[in-house]
Amino acid sequence: MTPSDLARRALPLLLAIPLALSFPAAATAETSLPEDWDAIETQARGQTVYWNAWGGDAAVNRYIGWVAERMAERHGVEVVHVKLDDTAAAVSRVIAEKSAGNVDDGAIDLVWINGENFAAMQRNGLLFGPFAQRLPHFALTAPDDNPEMRTDFTLPTEGFEAPWGKAQLTFYYDAERVEAPPRDMRALLDWAKAHPGRFTYPLVPDFLGSTFLKQALLELVEDPTVLAEPASDHEVATVTAPLWDYLDALHPHLWRQGRHFPASGPELKQLMGDGELSLAFTFNPAEPAAAVADHQLPPGTRSYVLDGGTLGNVHFVAIPFNARRKAGAMVLANFLLSPEAQARKQDIAVWGDPTVLDMDRLSAEQREAFDRGDANPARLPPEALEKLLPEPHPSWMEALEAAWIARYAKG
Amino acid sequence: MSGFTLAIRLLPRLTILLLVLPVTAGLVGVVAPAFGWLPALGGRSGTLAHWQALWQAPGLADMLRLSLVTGLASTLLALAIVVLFLAAFLETPLFRVVRRLLSPLLAVPHAAAAIGLAFLLAPSGLASRLLSPWLTGWTQPPDFLFPGDPGGVALIAGLVLKEVPFLLLMSLAALPQCQARERLMVARSLGYGPVSAFAKAVLPGLYPLIRLPVYAVIAFASSTVEVALILGPSTPPTLAVAVVRWLGDPDLSLRFLASAGALLQLAATALALLAWWGAERLVRRLAAGWLIDGGRRRGEATGRVLGAGLTWLAIGLLAASLAGLILWSLAAYWPFPAAWPSPMTLRTWREAADTALEPLRHTASIGLGATALSVVLVVGCLEAETLRRRPLRPGAQLILYLPLLVPPVAFLYGLVQLQAQLGLAAGWLAVTLGHSLFVLPYVFLSLAESYRRLDPRWGQVAAALGASRAATFRRVRLPMLAGPIAVAAAVGFAVSVGQYLPTVLLGAGRLATLTTEAVSLASGGDRRLTAVYALGQLALPALGFALALGLPRFLFRHRRQLLP
Amino acid sequence: MTQTTPPTAPSPLILERVVIHHGEQPLVAVDARIPPGEVLTLMGPSGVGKSTLLAQVAGFLAPVFTATGRIRLGDDDLSRHPPERRRLGLLFQDPLLFPHLSVGGNLAFGMPADGGRRRRRQAVEAALADIGLAGFADRDPATLSGGQRARVALMRVLLAEPRAMLLDEPFSKLDAALRDEMRRLVFARIRARGLPTLMVTHDRDDAEAAGGRVIELA
Repeated sequence: MTPSDLARRALPLLLAIPLALSFPAAATAETSLPEDWDAIETQARGQTVYWNAWGGDAAVNRYIGWVAERMAERHGVEVVHVKLDDTAAAVSRVIAEKSAGNVDDGAIDLVWINGENFAAMQRNGLLFGPFAQRLPHFALTAPDDNPEMRTDFTLPTEGFEAPWGKAQLTFYYDAERVEAPPRDMRALLDWAKAHPGRFTYPLVPDFLGSTFLKQALLELVEDPTVLAEPASDHEVATVTAPLWDYLDALHPHLWRQGRHFPASGPELKQLMGDGELSLAFTFNPAEPAAAVADHQLPPGTRSYVLDGGTLGNVHFVAIPFNARRKAGAMVLANFLLSPEAQARKQDIAVWGDPTVLDMDRLSAEQREAFDRGDANPARLPPEALEKLLPEPHPSWMEALEAAWIARYAKG
Repeated sequence: MSGFTLAIRLLPRLTILLLVLPVTAGLVGVVAPAFGWLPALGGRSGTLAHWQALWQAPGLADMLRLSLVTGLASTLLALAIVVLFLAAFLETPLFRVVRRLLSPLLAVPHAAAAIGLAFLLAPSGLASRLLSPWLTGWTQPPDFLFPGDPGGVALIAGLVLKEVPFLLLMSLAALPQCQARERLMVARSLGYGPVSAFAKAVLPGLYPLIRLPVYAVIAFASSTVEVALILGPSTPPTLAVAVVRWLGDPDLSLRFLASAGALLQLAATALALLAWWGAERLVRRLAAGWLIDGGRRRGEATGRVLGAGLTWLAIGLLAASLAGLILWSLAAYWPFPAAWPSPMTLRTWREAADTALEPLRHTASIGLGATALSVVLVVGCLEAETLRRRPLRPGAQLILYLPLLVPPVAFLYGLVQLQAQLGLAAGWLAVTLGHSLFVLPYVFLSLAESYRRLDPRWGQVAAALGASRAATFRRVRLPMLAGPIAVAAAVGFAVSVGQYLPTVLLGAGRLATLTTEAVSLASGGDRRLTAVYALGQLALPALGFALALGLPRFLFRHRRQLLP
Repeated sequence: MTQTTPPTAPSPLILERVVIHHGEQPLVAVDARIPPGEVLTLMGPSGVGKSTLLAQVAGFLAPVFTATGRIRLGDDDLSRHPPERRRLGLLFQDPLLFPHLSVGGNLAFGMPADGGRRRRRQAVEAALADIGLAGFADRDPATLSGGQRARVALMRVLLAEPRAMLLDEPFSKLDAALRDEMRRLVFARIRARGLPTLMVTHDRDDAEAAGGRVIELA
């Protein structure tokens, strides 16, 4: 028998693969999770939880390391941080497992997720839930008063993910070079004309790049209320026309004359550190201050939020539909919402990620833990974060991305 | 039939069996979604809609052009540099110096070389800092479009830098096989200058031996993601980068489009290979007359100058890129236009040292496992060819090389599904087997020609002297091929060390390696940490190459004919 | 002379109606009996299949050829044995000394695997002395002259105790003076051991020096 004979004989076996493709998990996995929280904690004891989370920031990685230590001490749960460069890798794995009919032995137990990924995974039945309401600490976020704890990307989360931290579009600049940073989108255009090549935004459809488009659209559109409705109800080209006029005017004054764009927010930060840019923005309000402390940004870095407010959202953790250690994952998600873990996360010396807890629900003693060291000049004053703009309906973002790529990305 | 003969007969079948399942699974995992079949995401009917969407993707023609042009141009340039260098300096002292430099340069991971080059030549990069402000007057970085230029020049430069050492290494392994020294002596004695002698007498024998590595370079260069992400243009990017973007897009419906794109990428790579193959034939026809026209010294000086200039330029750029990485690993805040980081700190190294020990262990154990498996299988296949006196069937060779030709991002999806179907736990074994899929083709193409070209009379002499097949293999072929085998193993080890996606996906991210750490940290944009990990990533393969080049030279130090 | 002697009495090498085909086309046909100690020379220009016939006798016929007829050594049908069991001494125009072994290692490679390390070493030393290369055991073959290599190659074959010899243009790469010396040496050893020998060559002087029958192929 020669190898090619063998290949022929193996063929029937191979035909089984597409067949197997046709038998995905029809229903979500049966969960033998107990109803009672104490029982869940008992079941979690001794489990190893694989938490897939972006590993691009050493400070975040250290914080997750601290979480793992506490979880082992308090709950007897071993937490393993699976570091990713992109949540897409975790999503790929879950899809492949679902295709292969793996409904209860998934390799991923908890995943740090953003709104776009959540919407897509939820739509395709890749998530487990609802579970958020069952976490005792979830009540501390006062979800009835703070609807953003239950909506992600304008979609109701329906308990399929638990809030973890907050993000808001925050601008930062090098005060050594910039005296008066632009306070709104129109001022940004004038500023860019005066400082050619010192500003840019990440390549669309990177999350931060698309957010910049939405922010500009919110300020430039005649009637912002239409953005809350699905884009299909409106004449997209007419509504978005002011944005394209704006970008056509802005691009020649961008870094590299708008012919090349950085891949992501972190690359934007790197260009600030290199001195190529004088003005940039991020979704993590604490990032500029942390980056100065970490020698990545110039010491003269200052942060601010646009006068009319900026887009913001909450980031979440979710459990894949086929996670093997759901109890452990829930105990971990609950611990992440504990006042202790949230206060430490908000500490600028640790990470600086704003808490999702409602201060009114905490005891005075607990609140005190959140008021630590606000003296960092690169840091945004907490009240700035109150100028929060609501997200447009997700369909606008899809329309903006497609139009942007067709206009600017085809060379 | 002796146990040895039986084992050797079985090894090619085992190899094909081990490959055919994952390769087919990988392909099915691309082909099915491209035509609309992916029930996990709601795709349950065959459709060409995703192909229509692909044709209408903005800038598709530019993406294809970029992939083809950068792939072919970088291969041609890299090959030209290697040939000119060999022509000008074979059998000179400079040659030995370059040999020594080769192993550390070869070990530089693609991404690290690209990051280093980007930092060297960017407007705020090391070169610009060295000239500013005293010469240029720049106190802030200028704004010129490089890297990332729309023509892909920076991308081509990065690819050339990385491929020159690889092709040079492959050539060095092949030179003794084609009796380069003797050919050169004959031609020189007939009055040919060194460059002409090499081009007319050695190259026609050398090129067939390095053809497979050249094809691998074309396949890599036309489908690279990591290098193109760092050095390539973004509006639009190369096709491979676009495919990765679609695959990674939170909008899961784009995965169908990405699968169609991956198949198109496969076709583009095939087209590039075909174009090269056609050019080969054309050159052979055109050169037939030139080879025997008696011209002995034409273009000698030009060839020497170009050979020396381009070689030193490539080595210089790579070395400067490495130096830049080292400086960054020691830097605190390092503003433009300072050419020297001040203050210097070991902080980043200390931080990394706390966490890098286990990734280092995983990297080494996975790399050694995948390399050992691949070398055993490849040597077995080649020995079986020798015993049967005919090469592997073309179909078998195609299966062997497919993992190199299909973009890994698309390919791996089907692989992970196969893993889940077989119930193979995410862990060391799965990752090592997955790495082998990508290591094995490189080991095969590094070793195949040397093995096949070994004079069959060596085996006949040994057999006539009474040596059994096992003894002939063990006591004659294995030691005579120790050099090429060691080099092939080092290449394989380096390939394993550089794997990111197979490690993350097949290991479910549970086995952290230097590369998974480096890539995830690089996504955070901290160039200091990236530099530290890139240097760590380089250290292991460098050790491998040093051993591969040094060990045979040591073992055979009294056997002159085996020293290249 | 070496101390080792052939363990069995020499037998004739018999080629019974051996025909080699390339595809459908017959390439070369030989029917001959070579008594012990005699040299049968196959002469003819390149490309007539001389070496192919030799390869068939030695057991290395390439798959593109087919052969009919029988090849025997006395009563022993050679086609029943793989090449390494045929015990035929094969000399090519190149000495083909293994480059990864020392001169002594090359000689020991062909020796039967019996006797202690010391006895093998002594046999190697004696064999080297026999061909005027005493003390060369640890040398790298690459440092030998052309004539020295040819002598080592011959001695390596003889130490393997062959039952017959196959010579493939064995002297064509040597210079004139060396060629005569090697011819004398090779044929003297063949006769002394009584080895039936098949030689292919295109050099008439080789055939004359061998002194046996000559078959012209065309």
